[in-house]
Amino acid sequence: MTMSEKRESPLAKAVRETSGVVLAECYQCGKCTAGCPMARYMDLTPNQIMRLAQAGDDAALERLLSCEALWYCVGCLTCAQRCPRQLDPAAVMDVLREMAHRRRKIPAAARKILAFHKAFLATVEWGGRMAEIPLVLRYKMNSGDFLSDVFLGPVMLAKRKLPLLPHRIRGRAEIRRIFATCRKGTRP
Amino acid sequence: MKTLGYYPGCSLSGGGIELDLSVRAIAKVAGVELREIEDWNCCGASAAHSLDHSLAVALPFRVLALAESQGLSEVLAPCAACFSRLKGTQVRLTRSPELGQRMQELVERPYNGTVRILNINEFVASLLAEGLAGKFTRKLGLKVVAYYGCLLSRGEDIVTSDDAEDPQGMAAAIRVAGCEVLPWNSSNECCGGGFSMSKTGSVLDLSQAILDEARAVGADLVVTGCPMCHSNLDMRQLELLKRRRVPGALPILYLSELLGLAAGLEPGALGLGRHFIESRQLVRGGA
Amino acid sequence: MARIGVFICHCGENIGRTVDCPAVSAAAVRMPGVVHSVDYKYMCSDPGQQMIKKAIVEMKLTGVVVAACSPRMHERTFRAAAAEAGLNPFLLEMANLREHCSWVHADKAAATQKAIDLVRVMVAKARRDRALRPIRVPVEPTALVVGGGIAGIQAALDIAAGGKKVVLVERGPSIGGHMARLSETFPTLDCSQCILTPRMVEAASHPNITLMTYSEVESVEGFVGNFTVTVRHKARYVDPAKCTGCGDCFNKCPLKNIPNEFDAGLGMRRAIYVPFPQAVPNKPVIDAAHCTMLQKGKCGLCAKICPRGAIDYKDQDSLVKVKVGAVVLATGFQLWDHAAYGEYGGGRLADVIDGFAFERLASASGPTGGLIKRPSDGKEPKTIVFLQCCGSRDDKAGKKYCSKICCMYTAKHAMLYRHKVHDGRAVVFYMDVRAAGKGYEEFVRRALSDDGAEYVRGRVSRITRKQDGTLVVRGADTLAGRPVTIEADLVVLADAVVPRPGSEKLAQIFGVGYDQDGFYSEAHPKLRPVETAAAGVFLAGACQAPKDIPESVAQASASAAKVLGLFANPELEREPIIARVNRATCAHCRACISACPYGAAKDFDVLDRAGKVLRTVVDVNEGLCQGCGTCAAVCRSHSVDLDGFTGEQIHAELNALL
Repeated sequence: MTMSEKRESPLAKAVRETSGVVLAECYQCGKCTAGCPMARYMDLTPNQIMRLAQAGDDAALERLLSCEALWYCVGCLTCAQRCPRQLDPAAVMDVLREMAHRRRKIPAAARKILAFHKAFLATVEWGGRMAEIPLVLRYKMNSGDFLSDVFLGPVMLAKRKLPLLPHRIRGRAEIRRIFATCRKGTRP
Repeated sequence: MKTLGYYPGCSLSGGGIELDLSVRAIAKVAGVELREIEDWNCCGASAAHSLDHSLAVALPFRVLALAESQGLSEVLAPCAACFSRLKGTQVRLTRSPELGQRMQELVERPYNGTVRILNINEFVASLLAEGLAGKFTRKLGLKVVAYYGCLLSRGEDIVTSDDAEDPQGMAAAIRVAGCEVLPWNSSNECCGGGFSMSKTGSVLDLSQAILDEARAVGADLVVTGCPMCHSNLDMRQLELLKRRRVPGALPILYLSELLGLAAGLEPGALGLGRHFIESRQLVRGGA
Repeated sequence: MARIGVFICHCGENIGRTVDCPAVSAAAVRMPGVVHSVDYKYMCSDPGQQMIKKAIVEMKLTGVVVAACSPRMHERTFRAAAAEAGLNPFLLEMANLREHCSWVHADKAAATQKAIDLVRVMVAKARRDRALRPIRVPVEPTALVVGGGIAGIQAALDIAAGGKKVVLVERGPSIGGHMARLSETFPTLDCSQCILTPRMVEAASHPNITLMTYSEVESVEGFVGNFTVTVRHKARYVDPAKCTGCGDCFNKCPLKNIPNEFDAGLGMRRAIYVPFPQAVPNKPVIDAAHCTMLQKGKCGLCAKICPRGAIDYKDQDSLVKVKVGAVVLATGFQLWDHAAYGEYGGGRLADVIDGFAFERLASASGPTGGLIKRPSDGKEPKTIVFLQCCGSRDDKAGKKYCSKICCMYTAKHAMLYRHKVHDGRAVVFYMDVRAAGKGYEEFVRRALSDDGAEYVRGRVSRITRKQDGTLVVRGADTLAGRPVTIEADLVVLADAVVPRPGSEKLAQIFGVGYDQDGFYSEAHPKLRPVETAAAGVFLAGACQAPKDIPESVAQASASAAKVLGLFANPELEREPIIARVNRATCAHCRACISACPYGAAKDFDVLDRAGKVLRTVVDVNEGLCQGCGTCAAVCRSHSVDLDGFTGEQIHAELNALL
């Protein structure tokens, strides 16, 4: 164990154990922010998220867990690809987002994104595979976003892009058990 | 006849069905049998990744374990997101035997790490190596920009067959199909990924920038390998057209569709009729 | 009969806190051969040394053991004291009670017992010490300077001014190095050529300096004071003795479009060329790789034109040997190749250039005559983006270290550009501005406040080129907390400073260490910054680490002072810790000859009075031997011994422990 790991905050420890990223190694060059396609929509830029995570105090954690930016990471891998310190800011955001979700700290602007993720996983948990019609219906119920894209569904059906009946796999009991175990919080 | 494991993933039986149709079609032309993993499940996509890091590994783990138990040593995952999830899990398992142990317990299936995951570009390269080009009958003569997006260009130890900053994995195949590959900058820029419904504005902004550059360099069409990218550039292009943010329609094809066309297959059989942006006019007499 | 004195030092509290020094002293006096033992707070102090000297005289000591710190620290001190009292200094030994005992142990009783053991070991050794005499070797008072940049020129001039001869070897056709390529220099904006070229001329005309340009060091034999260096004169195809430098040849050579390395490829040269008009010597060479006469046997125009018949297409490389007593390595640096950065265009974008290219654009004698024009289309750029730390401080694609000079030259570039293009915009992306030099911080402030350079704190993620040739720079402003996109006409990358290619091979030739990045290692990072681990080989300039001009010049003068110090005496004195061969028992198996890393073990013919060879054995060259003991270890007949560390002594030390 290096010195920096010994003196790390509980947050830094959690980040390191889950993502492998040692926060102290970030030197705040901002290349993650520079390359992030979503940075312009974020209330905290990726390097600011890294900085607050480095600080690791209660106020910093509060700001981190309630920010919108965590939910706007699109998973494009650009930050990790180009980080001169070979860190993975997106993986740090993953850890923080999961914390925010578990503590039910969801900013209003991110509710649609969370609703989509949840709807997606609900269909997978139910049948083992994502199914678009149930996904969209569930998403619209959860998000209250009833009006957008209403014209697309019929077009997709007409173009035979959507199966009317979702496929359910034989091992769906297995899938449900995996979901249940993960929900209890097993750390990989 | 060569046999390859096949993981279509959820998209390919829904919005991304054209990718499934065309991949199966060119595999048939090349004489490669695609054996679908029996009872495969969803890889979890960005939803699992965003909310639960255990689930994000456990779901792909089950797929890998199934493939291994069904004797499939090489598996094609045409969807770029599925490829990234499956191979990413494989990489993490290789790095951490401890993670593998925990996953075996969680998923309750053994896995020895023997499965190799191929993306669509690697699959196409292997078909070319086995002489697919000899079966090409149609000279397409199109100007093409190759769009890799994020997940066919980036990911340390995941996209090992290409250069993250200057991906070239589609270029040879596009040229063999009788098309010109135009240089451009957006080949590895992000289209907005999975935010099509939940943060549509960002998808429109990012996809517009890609379409703008494709048009600026004089492309007849954009070729991609990712159903998410395809959906953002194709389906969301309707919105951009409606709001007059782009001056005209630009067809978006899957790499496998382009190769299927070069092999003389009917556009309809490849799924071209199912795109939102009409593309059948790209082949003479195709529309 | 041995009469050993033992002197135990408390080293203040360093030893005394953990070791019971009076107890050690009491134990020592009972050891065989010991006639006197004493402990004292600071043995290295003047009273401490006086105690030793007084005891040597009064107790008629034949050997001394000082139990104190590491011999690296004070062996020289105590041996000098012994010599002053009339005892041969090699009869004094040190037991290390500090680094080897008190600093690494906590238990006082155990540490005291260990200290007693350590003293017993050294007493056993001291009883078997022999008086040794330092070795004297003659010094050849000529220096070799490798590299003709500002560091090499400065070192050569300083040594020459001290009245000693210098051979200055330069790989390229002219001396001057990178400094000759610079426009103006920070922080004073002196014209680089104006301050350098007089020095170049002085070096060429100085009676004590022999210039060997277009030459490389091939091999080295010998040792400090007595090196024999083989230098390869590369074929110039132009006889410098006949050439007057009139320039007819390179004005007429039909090959006009060879990118000139001196101009960072922005200007063109011919196949026969001088790299720049102020070159020293101002005599051309033929670039054999491009010359059609040398490649295909066709052309021959330069030979026809030359009024002096100086062109010789049959010229060949030649080897010359020079004898020198000391060497200064001043091989300099080059810029890292940013082709490794795919996100910055991977070297494919013509208008993404490095710092030297910008220097040539800004230089009055450059390919554009000092006008800032971008390479792709000759347009005057209205926005230039400068990127600092390109390849520096980047563990992933580049180098871990800070290249030190980039902050300053980037500020200078921004300033020069704003002086030349008044409506131009200079944007600098930086991570930190490191301006720790005299007048440096003020200079950077001037670039910002007076000359309007815009500094943005953050790295750049990507540079792309639009259809119309505009460069799109996507960076971040981490202080404002937002991404920033700037459209630029030209981008200047402050590429990392890296050693010259071939510098590692040269280090191996001279036995000099180098670090993981290829920079030469100094003997001690603080106290011996210009020496190397190889005696008589010194360092100057950026071959040791990234350095600017003032630092390079200072280090060059420092190395010259070291060389002149070495040459101040006609002979060198060396520690006599060397191997000795017992000629009576040597079987001449030659195992030691192949094992010796310094080439010191050599065949030696034992002759009778008539000069007839009786038999051949091995002998050790005292000048070359470094006392490593490898020969003693491999000798099967136990015929090799190491003075000061004989087999008998080592065995006695071991026995004292058992």
